[in-house]
Amino acid sequence: MSTEHVFQFSYLAAAALFIFSLKWMSAPATARRGVLAGEIGMLLAIVGTLLRHDVVSYQGIFIAFLIGSAVGVPLAYLMPMTAVPQRTALSHAFGALAAALIGTAEYYQHQPHGFVMGAIVFETLLGFLTFTGSLMAFGKLQEIVPTRPIVYRNQNVLNLALFGAAVAAGVMLIMHPERTWLFPIFALFALIFGVLLILPIGGADMPTVIALLNSYAGLAAAAMGFVLDNKLLIIAGTLDGSSGFILSIIMCRAMNRSFTNVLFGAFGQVQKAAAHAEQRPVRSITPEDAASILDMARLVIIVPGYGMAVAQAQHKLRELYDLLTKRGIDVRFAIHPVAGRMPGHMNVLLAEADIPYDKLYEMDYINSDFAQADVALVVGANDVTNPAARNDPKSPIYGMPILNVDKAHTVMVIKRSMSPGFAGIDNELYYMDKTMMLFGDARAVLGNVVKELGATVKV
Amino acid sequence: MPFDEVTLYVFMLAAFLGFELIRRVSPLLHTPLMSLTNAISAIAVVGAIVVLGQKDAPTLSKVLGFIAVTASTINVVSGFLITDRMLKMFKKRGQEKP
Repeated sequence: MSTEHVFQFSYLAAAALFIFSLKWMSAPATARRGVLAGEIGMLLAIVGTLLRHDVVSYQGIFIAFLIGSAVGVPLAYLMPMTAVPQRTALSHAFGALAAALIGTAEYYQHQPHGFVMGAIVFETLLGFLTFTGSLMAFGKLQEIVPTRPIVYRNQNVLNLALFGAAVAAGVMLIMHPERTWLFPIFALFALIFGVLLILPIGGADMPTVIALLNSYAGLAAAAMGFVLDNKLLIIAGTLDGSSGFILSIIMCRAMNRSFTNVLFGAFGQVQKAAAHAEQRPVRSITPEDAASILDMARLVIIVPGYGMAVAQAQHKLRELYDLLTKRGIDVRFAIHPVAGRMPGHMNVLLAEADIPYDKLYEMDYINSDFAQADVALVVGANDVTNPAARNDPKSPIYGMPILNVDKAHTVMVIKRSMSPGFAGIDNELYYMDKTMMLFGDARAVLGNVVKELGATVKV
Repeated sequence: MPFDEVTLYVFMLAAFLGFELIRRVSPLLHTPLMSLTNAISAIAVVGAIVVLGQKDAPTLSKVLGFIAVTASTINVVSGFLITDRMLKMFKKRGQEKP
């Protein structure tokens, strides 16, 4: 075997390792082995590539490696866990940018015809629009860009027209690859479309959109595999693409909405007219009251939401969990699939606070337990607990699967104020007789509850 | 480069395989899953290396290839590291800190 073909075998091994990596990712017990398999696969593929005979100039490559590592290591270690959605959006942007730029370079160098040109157009279209789209998502998550949906008249018509123009330019490039002047126009259309696509997306839809952008970034990498005739790239990119696709389907199902509705629906604008009868009475209690009610409970189900992430309340929640568990009270966590700003967001935050993962329950598992629960404690979650999704056919969230918090004997809601949630929808839960509101910052409120509980233990 | 239909078969099989693999992943791990697949698809770095390191690369290919290698290296490094950092935090009841 000559060194000429070493890289092909390293690619084959890398592809197998990537598949094992995802297979082992299925359960927490084997997941870290999965990461190791992925790392070895990546190393093999990169070393194999550096040995390729058509790779002759190393200087630029190593400088790029150094810069990339210098940025990547702090990005992985210094990023707080609450900022994981932002980091994810950013990495989709980087991945898409790489694909788009390689497509551009290949186009100007070879101006290929036929199938390869088609793949280049697909790669750069997805790459450029995912690049700006992911940057916009990053901006919204980081709150540099307003997180509310930004809508204007004829938005969908304009967006579709722009997308149509980009596709038309792409098709023209496939038919006449020699028209190099058209390429920058095509790229510009795709870049602008990416921005406009994300403008009307509200925070509550971020999990779906992040997953969708993940899928696009993966598919752009797969298209790059077609352009460069690299089967490893096709496999890895497709695995990433299908992963993002499945996650976005799961997210859509958890909100009872379709893709088109998420992308073109501009959730949260609908409910302006329904801001009626705001002044209904609610029952507000103090942390002392909450502590004594929790103290007498046997089963407590905690429902975390984005508000917990914002207030960084997961560590106080862990203290509460410890205190209650010590008294023999059964404490479980109910996780809605779209709680937070990306798939699985709540699980990571609670794991960070050392809450054992076998106490985190998926919606379908825990929903029947609420009827036995003495207390359901809602921490910064809103729409995913709104009974209107079950009862009110006129509600915009009607049909969305929710956590059956209202079935518990007592409901406690920790909330900053009575302002409606992200979707701007009033929550019936707050006005029920068995519901008690704890107003304030989630971390501060939980801190006081913990203090009260700790005090009664000494007496 | 002539059209090679084998690549389309590879694509199709990878799509089915991806579907079967991802379906089995517990929702508990969806966030680390996303950062892992992100790191894996940063394998685009090998394509970028070929474009940047080729003999007598045109300036445009050099510049774009350089940015692409940098961007995908960021994803490779930060993707794997943060996935592992997250997974280290997932512990069962009674499991000690490593």
